[in-house]
Amino acid sequence: MVTMLGLMFVTFVIGRIMPIDPVLAIVGEQASKSTYDAAYAQLGLDRPIIVQFSLYVWDVLHGDFGKSLLTARPVADDIKRVFPATLELASIGVFFGIILGVPLGVVAAVKRGSWIDQIARVIALVGYSMPIFWLGLMGLLVFYGILGWVGGPGRVGIFNVDIVPSVTGMILIDSLLDRNWPIFKDALSHIVLPASLLGYYSLAYISRMTRSFMLEQLSAEYITTARVKGMSESAVIWRHAFMNIRVQLITVIALSYANLLEGSVLTEIIFSWPGIGSYITTALLSADMNAVMGGTVVVGLIFILLNIFSDLLYKLFDPRAK
Amino acid sequence: MNAFNRLLSTAAIGLAVGLTSVAAVAETPANMLVIANRIDDITTIDPAQSFEFAGSDVSRNIYSKLVNFNPLNLDAGYQPDLAESWTVSEDGRTITFTMREGVKFHSGNPVRAEDAEFSLRRVVILNKTPSFILTQFGFTAENVDKTIVADGNTISITTDKRYATSFVLNCLTAVIGGIVDKELVMANEVDGDLGNSWLATNSAGSGPYRLQGWKPNESVTLVSNPDYYGGAPAMERVIVRHVQESATQRLMLERGDIDVARNLNPEDVAGANKADDIAIDSELRGRLMYISVNQKHEHLAKPEVRQAIKYLVDYEGMQNSFLNGQYTIHQNFLPRTYLGAVDENPFSLNIKKAKELLASAGVGPFEIEVGVREAQERIEIAQSLQNTFAQAGITLNITVGTAKAILGRYRARELDMYVGAWGPDYPDPHTNAGTFAYNPDNSDEAKATGLLAYRNAWDTGGLTEKVAAAVIEGDRDIRAKMYADIQSEFRDIAPFAVLFQKIEQTGRNKVVKNLNLGGAITAVSYWPVTK
Repeated sequence: MVTMLGLMFVTFVIGRIMPIDPVLAIVGEQASKSTYDAAYAQLGLDRPIIVQFSLYVWDVLHGDFGKSLLTARPVADDIKRVFPATLELASIGVFFGIILGVPLGVVAAVKRGSWIDQIARVIALVGYSMPIFWLGLMGLLVFYGILGWVGGPGRVGIFNVDIVPSVTGMILIDSLLDRNWPIFKDALSHIVLPASLLGYYSLAYISRMTRSFMLEQLSAEYITTARVKGMSESAVIWRHAFMNIRVQLITVIALSYANLLEGSVLTEIIFSWPGIGSYITTALLSADMNAVMGGTVVVGLIFILLNIFSDLLYKLFDPRAK
Repeated sequence: MNAFNRLLSTAAIGLAVGLTSVAAVAETPANMLVIANRIDDITTIDPAQSFEFAGSDVSRNIYSKLVNFNPLNLDAGYQPDLAESWTVSEDGRTITFTMREGVKFHSGNPVRAEDAEFSLRRVVILNKTPSFILTQFGFTAENVDKTIVADGNTISITTDKRYATSFVLNCLTAVIGGIVDKELVMANEVDGDLGNSWLATNSAGSGPYRLQGWKPNESVTLVSNPDYYGGAPAMERVIVRHVQESATQRLMLERGDIDVARNLNPEDVAGANKADDIAIDSELRGRLMYISVNQKHEHLAKPEVRQAIKYLVDYEGMQNSFLNGQYTIHQNFLPRTYLGAVDENPFSLNIKKAKELLASAGVGPFEIEVGVREAQERIEIAQSLQNTFAQAGITLNITVGTAKAILGRYRARELDMYVGAWGPDYPDPHTNAGTFAYNPDNSDEAKATGLLAYRNAWDTGGLTEKVAAAVIEGDRDIRAKMYADIQSEFRDIAPFAVLFQKIEQTGRNKVVKNLNLGGAITAVSYWPVTK
């Protein structure tokens, strides 16, 4: 609660001191002074900042993030609409990152210095250094533009928008619930490319960290002891070394997932994916401070929840934490 | 996206497409128009409040007005729409419109004079940002029950003084002139808001389309009104999808997943132009780029210096380099296609002449600060000016800042020079004349910060009176001539150098016919489109 309050206060203050004018965003630069002043008062900006903040916190505690200037809708409704899109994309992205990144990191550590390790390093290096914008466009050009293997920008094809009833807001799940296989297939073909792109970036991070954690464990004395005792190499790697990096790995994965849940703005822009990242960015550039605050609070909440979840998993995996 | 990323993406796409062309494998249905556009500026669909480009596009296709522009003949000016005819009183203050019979709203309710009365009154009473387009005629929340009055099948509007009829009618073609279904809107009123919240996301018009859905930053879907009095549109559905990136729009167009791409950058225009089934349309829009100098500055206030500055701009160089295909040279404050617009562009880069003018003013080398908002094209214009001004001994110190910072100082008359952009508010010449060349009180106390002339501390030297005369001239042709004369004088004496007019380049599948973006005076029209 204290963390959330702190986050809200910092965001609120930054919103007030940043050189973006929310009044201009409403009235436009051609407006007269009287129109400007009226909008200024209407937004409550003429009140002391502490009063503005108190009122805002009171409203948030009642589930009211205010109305977005950009969408003319309650911010809470906007977040309900955009967050599932990001959740769906980030979850599949981090899934790709885990199932490929963890084994790759383990193998790279075990085969340290080998060609497998070098390949893993190049994959990670490319993932770290290649501009996501370029990679996304190239992916679209090749797999959508030329080969036609995947769907284009957007969550589903233009003619499939709003066909399945929205239950969770995640089209893959909603189409499954609705047993609408064509929409499921269409949604899958649209999500696979951006999710792979995000998964690749997670993979780069997760595999490097896994390799590093594993190297530390593999050089420990208990591993030597296990090998001296005649345990098979796979048992040494997976039952001993890997089991001991699970806690660290959870932190890495949680951080990676949280980063994706913040919304990858460039990925969302390239793929016209209406997620929370592009929502907050558009709001920020348009001085829509209610939307920025609402989005920031949600992202903060995600970090806190993931931290709590990680702590619970620590207790599960590490007897010392119980 | 930074310039590096943009360059990389363009190079990548250019290379790949050069090697392997993207064949059109999909095709949109024959009765459906699919458009990729940036629609993240839509904040509301309510015609009393909507004041953005993408919002105007939606509104124009949903709401009929008393008078409107014919998309297939924009040059003809305003034409009858829901008003079949009109008469003007002898004193020129009252216009009485006779409503077209038998027209229905999308709801099935008949369109009555009472609806027109309600629609115009609510614009004034709600007092949202674009309401000034009507309130400039003296309408107030207190007097609308006497000044905007329906009587049977007619509606009369009475202005506070005599104005040119063409001025009033041009203003009624703006988005705020949309006629809403009173019964439906009032059924959705909340806390006396005259349906403002409901109309933000719903429609209640009688135009060729009705709103099926607007998902912010995602899409707008319109479905045709088969009972439209002008005939059912050929495109039964129009889907406008928000696609931010030019390269993505181009890919979708080349794949055949969309029919029209509205935001192609010059690189993608050049690439898309090579495809057999794609046409590139160029249309002039209303946005102008200009520079202005503060008349409080000792040197800049001299007439010769103001003249010299207009010879220190490399118009051709900018047009043919970083503004290529996006802007065209235009040195007058009325955009081409406006009533009274002129084509004369007498200035070109002439350092020698500028030096002579500066010398005749008795001005030696000096420094000034130029304020620029952080937009790439404006910064590049400022850099070009920095180079050419330096050749005549004027040092430009460029200050780049946010809208709040730079515009705040411009409004406070603190900047020596400003690189700006200006878009007309409504399709009448007074929209620009009334800000570039009109400044009745130049004192600091006047605080007329909405006027560009005031922001530059310019006493317009008689042009204010001429603008005031033009706005009440009843004869359309004489009025046009008056604006032409004002602009001629303005070009010579004003502390403004209007530089360029915006061109919008649109990629279109060649099967799409009769798509009109609205030029400089209005918004896009979907109802004449065929495939």
